[in-house]
Amino acid sequence: MFDQLSERLQGTLAELRSRGKLSEADIDKAMREVRLALLEADVNFKVVKAFTADVKARAIGGGVLEALNPGQQVVKAVNQALTELMGGSGADLVISPRAPTVILMAGLQGSGKTTACGKLAKTLIADGKSVAMAACDTQRPAAVEQLQLLGQQVGATVYSQGTERDPVEIAEWALGQARAETQDVLIVDTAGRLHVDADLMAQLSEIKRRTKPHNVLLVVDAMTGQDAVNVAEQFAEAADFDAIVMTKLDGDARGGAALSIKAVTGKPIVYASVGEKLDALERFHPDRMAGRILGMGDVLSLIEKAEAEFDEADAEEMQRKMMTAQFTLEDFLKQLKQVRKMGSLSSILGMMPGMGKQIKEMQNQVDDRDLDRVEAIILSMTPAERFDPSIINGTRRRRIAAGSGTTIQAVKQLLTQFEQMRKMFKQLASGRQLDPRALMQSQVGRAGRGGGRPSGGGRARRRR
Amino acid sequence: MAGEWAEAFDLGWREPRDAPDGEPQGDPSDRGERRRGRLKRLRDSLARSRSALGAELRSGLFETLDAATWERLEEALIMADVGAPTTADVVGRLEIEAESGAFSGAGATRARLVELLAEIAGSKPAKIDLRDSPSVLLMVGVNGTGKTTTTGKLAYRLQRELGLEVIVAAADTYRAAAVEQLQTWSERAGCQIIRAETGGDAGAVVFDAIAAAQSRAADVVLCDTAGRLHNRADLMKELEKVRNVARRRLPSAPHEVLITIDATTGQNGLRQAKLFAEAVDVSGVVLTKLDGTAKGGIALAIARELGIGVKLIGVGEGIEDLRPFEPREYAEALLGE
Ligand SMILES: Nc1nc2c(ncn2[C@@H]2O[C@H](COP(=O)(O)OP(=O)(O)OP(=O)(O)O)[C@@H](O)[C@H]2O)c(=O)[nH]1
Ligand SMILES: Nc1nc2c(ncn2[C@@H]2O[C@H](COP(=O)(O)OP(=O)(O)O)[C@@H](O)[C@H]2O)c(=O)[nH]1
Ligand SMILES: [Mg+2]
Ligand SMILES: [Mg+2]
Repeated sequence: MFDQLSERLQGTLAELRSRGKLSEADIDKAMREVRLALLEADVNFKVVKAFTADVKARAIGGGVLEALNPGQQVVKAVNQALTELMGGSGADLVISPRAPTVILMAGLQGSGKTTACGKLAKTLIADGKSVAMAACDTQRPAAVEQLQLLGQQVGATVYSQGTERDPVEIAEWALGQARAETQDVLIVDTAGRLHVDADLMAQLSEIKRRTKPHNVLLVVDAMTGQDAVNVAEQFAEAADFDAIVMTKLDGDARGGAALSIKAVTGKPIVYASVGEKLDALERFHPDRMAGRILGMGDVLSLIEKAEAEFDEADAEEMQRKMMTAQFTLEDFLKQLKQVRKMGSLSSILGMMPGMGKQIKEMQNQVDDRDLDRVEAIILSMTPAERFDPSIINGTRRRRIAAGSGTTIQAVKQLLTQFEQMRKMFKQLASGRQLDPRALMQSQVGRAGRGGGRPSGGGRARRRR
Repeated sequence: MAGEWAEAFDLGWREPRDAPDGEPQGDPSDRGERRRGRLKRLRDSLARSRSALGAELRSGLFETLDAATWERLEEALIMADVGAPTTADVVGRLEIEAESGAFSGAGATRARLVELLAEIAGSKPAKIDLRDSPSVLLMVGVNGTGKTTTTGKLAYRLQRELGLEVIVAAADTYRAAAVEQLQTWSERAGCQIIRAETGGDAGAVVFDAIAAAQSRAADVVLCDTAGRLHNRADLMKELEKVRNVARRRLPSAPHEVLITIDATTGQNGLRQAKLFAEAVDVSGVVLTKLDGTAKGGIALAIARELGIGVKLIGVGEGIEDLRPFEPREYAEALLGE
């Protein structure tokens, strides 16, 4: 799933690139691949059709057929069209000059509305605003309690009237409360609803009519498939939302829905929700999303994620050590633990750009359980051994293998690969180009396996 | 896509205590009527947005079989979230069979298509294994897909309609008010709940629930778990641990591990099923939110690529909005019929 898109694009376009002059049929062929790839990213079928037609026109109009480097022209056209589609106005929340600013949240069941309410409240409070939230989900069991708990956690007032009253009335009442208490912001949480549920959609329109929100936000799950277009159209009709919050972007979905919704409604995406915790809300970056859909990797997000997890001073020290080959197994263990906090290995690899094929292979090969074994091996070493692995002789190896529940072979392999890695860091430090094959061979993730070719580790392998 | 409840569970030696056919109690003459009414409601809701293709299929898409026909069919399947590889497989097979003259005529082509789709979805859906006492079911899945709601609906079905003794375990100790949410469902279903404080240990809740079921001779333990993204290795490991704790208390547990997949999910659903299956041996899918316009086609890809079939479907937020899976109806709905 992961890199099919980038692989396809890179594959076809590399083919184009190598061929020099193109015919229109060549471009059609490339566009078929682009189309397939976008479908795999869950971009809506109709949007894909329109998009590829547009790119084709641009490519031909841009003189790709005669261009010296037609492949690159096509890449450029694809990228441009996508960035334009995703991008546009650097949208922001509207803050009303007259308090309270009202924000209405809407969306399907389970898309992440309530959590997003809490996150928005937290952000706005950090900006020095007073925030209240209205509990208008009377449908889902314990939805009111959920919002109340979030309110407590972030320091926002929650206006609730249980589940017996009409949500429209609760919303209106809450607005009165917010005015009376001179709150800067009122965030209205609503029940999840299906876009085809006429009654509930009418209710949403009514809430909007009565509270006159300055911002209506549609909350959309990044994993949404082809139906995103229907959902967006119906919500646009009932509530004419202003902007979109994309949730669960901490997952590994390509998020083609973002493109579909942008294409059919033209509404900007303002926030990206990237986790369950209340601080996991970010400004949305259209260019990064374009890159993610295109499979160009998400380096920026990766860097940010790393920054969030790593202590800066620590990281600098680590980098210094790596570059000077003073990097010990102890450092490595520390590093490993930190990296693993960012997610599974394959998800981290998936965010790395430019090595589609190799990354894909690595993803199939790395197994987080191998890392457990690596950790166990290092943990079974004495501090002295971790500092200077060259002292590890046969007896020590046997002890370490027994202590970690692995084999002598596995211990040996880890040590060899650690050595390779140190060499590679030196190579990096000296500014030479990184050889991806070297990177693969030194994948310490394969060390714990105790020799032999990496296999599926006894787990279910991908079937075709 | 809804089947018969009587076919949904393997109860082993147990006799269903109340309504033997699994329909709600009441005047028996009423029952057939009610079932028809419900199925109609289901079909209505499934067909709320009939695709243009549905109409075409009826009015003769297959009258002439040419490239345009196959493209149209591909489009329909892609729009239903079936995904390109599975779509290519289905359409390719149908095309080859059509060319070889295995069938002819629009009606036969259509019938074969439905058959093919139903076959892939799992022509004979496996029953939910409740033979052991207690039988332990683990509900897993990504955030917001319907685990807790399904737990509530299933508890109701088993406790109220089949007369089994059910205990639900509130093992989502993470999300705000998740325990309260399940508490409400357990009251609606009239079953026991074992719960801990938010922030407590999920494994311990499951362990206690199984222990309670053993000492009270309850029939089924339904464990709700916290939603988690499949790419979070740490959270998947935690889930594995919960499963292992269940095993420690009862070696044959869990008897079923059901993953909820939201019908609106696109191609990512395949990765969800794959990674959850790798961690905890998923035994079936619950396809939720089929009452919208999304067709849940990703379930077809999951069945084809991972061999994990759908066992139940969710068709609304009400306590009765759970149904056994019926591949043929699912196949027809995929085509927008
Ligand atoms: N329309 C519809 N909504 C459903 C269905 N199943 C669940 N929902 C709704 O989807 C939302 C999420 O459901 P939950 O049962 O809380 O999902 P969950 O997987 O337990 O969520 P977390 O525990 O938060 O990960 C709720 O608003 C449910 O009412 C269904 O079949 N149809
Ligand atoms: N991983 C992840 N989970 C999220 C995110 N946003 C919300 N969730 C989870 O998704 C589920 C549904 O969220 P909730 O806010 O209750 O959705 P609502 O039904 O739309 O109000 C909960 O389990 C949340 O913790 C996100 O960005 N990432
Ligand atoms: Mg909510
Ligand atoms: Mg839940």
